[in-house]
Amino acid sequence: MKFGILVNEGPYTHEASDSAYHFCKAALAKGHEIHRVFFYHDGVNNATRLTEPPQDDRNIVKRWSQLAQEHGIDLVVCVAAALRRGIKEEVLAAGFRISGLGQFIESAIQSDRVVVFGD
Amino acid sequence: MSESGQVKRFMYVNRKAPHGTVYALESLEVVLIAAAFDQDVTLVFMDDGVYQLKKGQQTKALEVKNFQPAYRALEDYDITKLYVEKESLESRGLGVEDMCVPVELIGRRELGRMMEEQDVLLSF
Repeated sequence: MKFGILVNEGPYTHEASDSAYHFCKAALAKGHEIHRVFFYHDGVNNATRLTEPPQDDRNIVKRWSQLAQEHGIDLVVCVAAALRRGIKEEVLAAGFRISGLGQFIESAIQSDRVVVFGD
Repeated sequence: MSESGQVKRFMYVNRKAPHGTVYALESLEVVLIAAAFDQDVTLVFMDDGVYQLKKGQQTKALEVKNFQPAYRALEDYDITKLYVEKESLESRGLGVEDMCVPVELIGRRELGRMMEEQDVLLSF
């Protein structure tokens, strides 16, 4: 099955990004396809390489970058939501790109299922 | 229209008050952008989301943008299927006459059935 993913919450405060990550990993392990992960609302904060958690904690941003690299997943950050929150090209972590909301709608049309992570 | 010409049934479920969090505003932004894709769109307002349509909002004292006029523009984007969950509206002491745009009231059970018919269900 082809999945489109929407992440609506930022890292650490909320479990949405963790759950989305684990969902993607599990889906890929079962042979499913992740068409795109779209980051919206505070979810755009998952994309900044300035994130530096304590060493004994998971690095949520790096984990997404690694997943993108290993499986060629398209990580897209909403431009309007990102600019509101100071997320720009120059702070993007590896594997993320900034684009418009249309990318999410397209993903919803192309995918068999859209799964939303957030409140 | 999408490249494939495919039309899916999109339902946007608005559950949060218009101010206090950014969800209502950013949900509206998705709806307006998505309109360009010529999909079959339904908007639902339930829980505190019914307050998004409460007439006569004034946000000056909050120093935030009053985006309520944008709901009145939805018609220009051919988005005309607006449903308000009856139970949510009534439990907040509101009625259809309090809504800033024409809406249809829908009961919780019926809304559940309608949700089952959708291809893409987005809750904000």
